[in-house]
Amino acid sequence: MIMSNRLPESSSEVVDRSKPIRFDWNGKKMKGFEGDTIASAILANGDHILSRSLKYHRPRGVLTHDFWDPNLMVQVGDEPNVRAGHRRLEAGMKISAQNVWPSLKFDAKAANGIAGRFLTAGFYYKTFMKPARLWPVYEKVLARFAPGGEVDLNTPHGYHDKRYAHPDVVVAGAGPAGLAAAIAAAQCGASVLLVEHEYEVGGHLLWGTDDDRAAAATLLAQAAAAGVEILTNSTVTGRYEDNWLGIAQRSHPIAVERLIKARAKVLVVAAGLIERPYVFQGNDLPGVMTSGAVSRLINMYGVKPGKCAVVLAANESGDQAVEDLKRADVEVARVVDARGSTTVNCAKGSRTRIKSVEVSDGSSIDCDLLVTAVGWTAPTSLLNMSGDRPVYDAAAARFFPNSPPDNVLATGGITGDGSRDELIAHGRATGELAAGRANAARHRIQAATASAAAVAGDEPEYPSDNRAPLTRADHPELHRSSTHGLVDYSEDISSKDLFGAAAEGFDSVELLKRFTTATMGPSQGKLETVNTVAILAEARAETIEQVGTTVWRPPYAPISLGALGGRVFEPVRVSSIHPWHEANGYTPILAGQWVRPEHYGDPHAEVRNTRTNVGITDVTPLGKLDLQGPDVPKLLSQLYTNKWMKLPVGGVRYGIMCAEDGVVLDDGVTARLGEDHYLMTTTSSGAGGVWNWVENWLQTEHPEWQVHVTPLTTGLTSINIAGPNSRKLLSRLVDCIDLGPGAFEYMQVRTGTIAEVDNCIVWRIGFTGELSYEIHVPSGHGLHVWNALLEQGEDLGVAPFGLEAQRIMRLEKGHFIVGQDTDGLSKAPTTGMISLLKLDKDDWAGKTEVAWALEDDYPVIVAVQPTDPKIVPEEACQILRDGTREIVGRITSSRHSPTLERSVCLAQVSREFAVAGTTLTVLLANGERINARVMEHHAHFDPEGERLRG
Amino acid sequence: MLLVPCPNCGPRNATDMNYRGEAHSRPDPDAATKEEWRTYLYLRDNPSGWLRENWYCSSGCRRHFQLERHTLTGELRNPPLPGRKTAGA
Ligand SMILES: [Zn+2]
Repeated sequence: MIMSNRLPESSSEVVDRSKPIRFDWNGKKMKGFEGDTIASAILANGDHILSRSLKYHRPRGVLTHDFWDPNLMVQVGDEPNVRAGHRRLEAGMKISAQNVWPSLKFDAKAANGIAGRFLTAGFYYKTFMKPARLWPVYEKVLARFAPGGEVDLNTPHGYHDKRYAHPDVVVAGAGPAGLAAAIAAAQCGASVLLVEHEYEVGGHLLWGTDDDRAAAATLLAQAAAAGVEILTNSTVTGRYEDNWLGIAQRSHPIAVERLIKARAKVLVVAAGLIERPYVFQGNDLPGVMTSGAVSRLINMYGVKPGKCAVVLAANESGDQAVEDLKRADVEVARVVDARGSTTVNCAKGSRTRIKSVEVSDGSSIDCDLLVTAVGWTAPTSLLNMSGDRPVYDAAAARFFPNSPPDNVLATGGITGDGSRDELIAHGRATGELAAGRANAARHRIQAATASAAAVAGDEPEYPSDNRAPLTRADHPELHRSSTHGLVDYSEDISSKDLFGAAAEGFDSVELLKRFTTATMGPSQGKLETVNTVAILAEARAETIEQVGTTVWRPPYAPISLGALGGRVFEPVRVSSIHPWHEANGYTPILAGQWVRPEHYGDPHAEVRNTRTNVGITDVTPLGKLDLQGPDVPKLLSQLYTNKWMKLPVGGVRYGIMCAEDGVVLDDGVTARLGEDHYLMTTTSSGAGGVWNWVENWLQTEHPEWQVHVTPLTTGLTSINIAGPNSRKLLSRLVDCIDLGPGAFEYMQVRTGTIAEVDNCIVWRIGFTGELSYEIHVPSGHGLHVWNALLEQGEDLGVAPFGLEAQRIMRLEKGHFIVGQDTDGLSKAPTTGMISLLKLDKDDWAGKTEVAWALEDDYPVIVAVQPTDPKIVPEEACQILRDGTREIVGRITSSRHSPTLERSVCLAQVSREFAVAGTTLTVLLANGERINARVMEHHAHFDPEGERLRG
Repeated sequence: MLLVPCPNCGPRNATDMNYRGEAHSRPDPDAATKEEWRTYLYLRDNPSGWLRENWYCSSGCRRHFQLERHTLTGELRNPPLPGRKTAGA
């Protein structure tokens, strides 16, 4: 196997010739070396067309040979849109061209090229918009012509990760200035994260002279010695408020990609410069490359980019390319020096490669390679994101930073020009300044943190910026020759398109960009923006300063959705009894963050057993707040709608909480355990919110109240024991608590010992409608008490029941659930608990709105039974005014009741329909209308509550 | 992401906090007209400039506090006077 374009081995290359790698390119077997990019390996094997363009399907080869090269998007296995000028070659890669059919060499869609003159800017908008009903058809046809590789829906999910970092200084870019800044900052004591987009640090030194490479190696060693954390093949993708940075780490050893969220005290932007292509007719012919691409191919990868070259040089990078080409044994047919007045007019070629160049002096030169070195784009993205608005300097022919915030510093090529040593000196000064400012920021943060240890020493002075700026080298402004060519290679947008769009009135840069889609392709404006602006300026006969530029927004480089999703940190909560549930055939259900037993096989059997014998259920997720202090009754009176000043010790009371708009916020029972000691319970889903609500009132409206709040939701394991045998069962386990009917009444609380566990709380309440007790035991002993209940109750028929049985039983009893039977508009009167709404009580949360609501009409929760007992309407079914489609309510809860052997529901209906005995029309999900009756009581079962109080 | 200065914990990520909205005082519920009460519930000034806000250090010390934020520049500062704080909705 011959690698026809591979140069003899040299000291400058990064490829390792001792490590050959085999790979596939469009089914052809090829060989490269470790260190090759995908593109350099393919070029070394003699192929030079790597893709077809988006709109016209024109053949495309290497343009810039880096991350931003718009022509080098390939498919690697099941991964589409791999950037072949950046991605390292790996053994066994199956690489194929994208956006081609049937093959890269012969592309049927290239027919587009023939009709190309009709595909002007806005063509898609204008052609496919009307009539709107045809859009689905257009969409299907256009999708076939859309760019991009193929997504394999069966691709295994890779592991992605996230990291949070808090470095003093983040340096974006590891060229000479960035490296020097990182070293200097670290030597001053700062923690430094250095992030490099490419696989190696060194920036342009890597394709420079032997001295350059030696200097890069020295800087790398110094950085390592100074303790700089270096991330290669990683990109600072965005800068947000207060230097919150997103970093895409593509080089993680395990994760496909890792998103680092870093809070830097100072950000140093050392992004370097990106070489701009030149706009002329034929500028996208394969064989037209930037000088950087040529120098990288020759010096780093040992690849010969052509046989006979013309070089258009407006700067030293062009001069270097000439030297590199000569060393690589490429004939340099002509150097067109644009620092004079000559330039390239246009290029001509065959279907697959450039053949000749026409120079502005009238000569025509045959070649298979045209190298352009016409200027630089400063990638100021991170500065833009920091609020800076870079300004254009016509003499230097590029944008420069203007006034970034104090905690963002720029260095290197983005700020000016200089020799290697000058760049390093500027970088060092920047690193020292960054470390000084980070140190001052650290002191400020510590001083602002009341809980932090005493700050050591005086606050250091905030260092001002005394850096000697880099000079700006003069550079000719070269954007477009006398002919029209492509401005945006990713999107196939030509300078002619831009002139046309400007003539149509899209003559502001932001409008032009959106109308033509220039700068919106995979290169994201890195190559195209300045040329776009320059051509618009030309069309408007203005200067670049007058036209202004577009705003660079995050991300700087693409980041995968996998990395953004990252690892899920959502905690899962389980009770101390959970191991038992798992071992005993439970069906789990996720309720908020809690994993709970929905049932253990047959929820109806669980209901029957509880109503006949005794059942136990794990209700640990119930919110529990321990309240202590002399002013607890005032707090309770403020938050509940009913009265709390006279609850006796040992008493339990039910209450409803409202928000200030009168809407039901939560409900639950609260017990008075001692003189100044209460335990409040909330709904499971409301636990966090109520805690917050309680603290809000205590801290803001009534800081004078003496109440201490401790959340005990997970500190106590809660078990409900329900059924006719519950008293008998519990009496076998308790010490020092008299459970006798006269001694421990419904809605009372006792504390004591259960199954030898001290400090347990028992209250007698009944969500299920049965004689029942709720016990709260220190969670370390929860499983022990649960097991004791099962052992001691065997002869009593004890069995566990899950959430579903609990829900059925509460529905049989007609108890509403906040959030299920109420919604975000349900004010307290809707619950029907009018007697609990104490308008004669002083201020309470929501009172004002509740009072107004009571004067008004409001929907009411009622118990409803379908006429046909076998029909269980779906929850959320509409209730209609008979014979019409007017909605007058909805079913909020619905189940088959195993106790009554019929369907039972709760519903919200307008007051007119809330009268007992009213026949409702319920619209089922299948469209059928059925009848249902409004019941006299909320409770379908035992409305007098005899079982509960037994 | 903003760094929000909690009086106890110092500067912390805004996601450690719970934003409780524009600060304004709660009218006397017994005296308030419907209009006054609903202005308190639903209407916000949304000024361009300094705005006093309620924040809650929900993942930290759980303190409710107020600060001033400049809605144009994103600057944050602690209020010059302690002021009466309010329970937001
Ligand atoms: Zn705090």
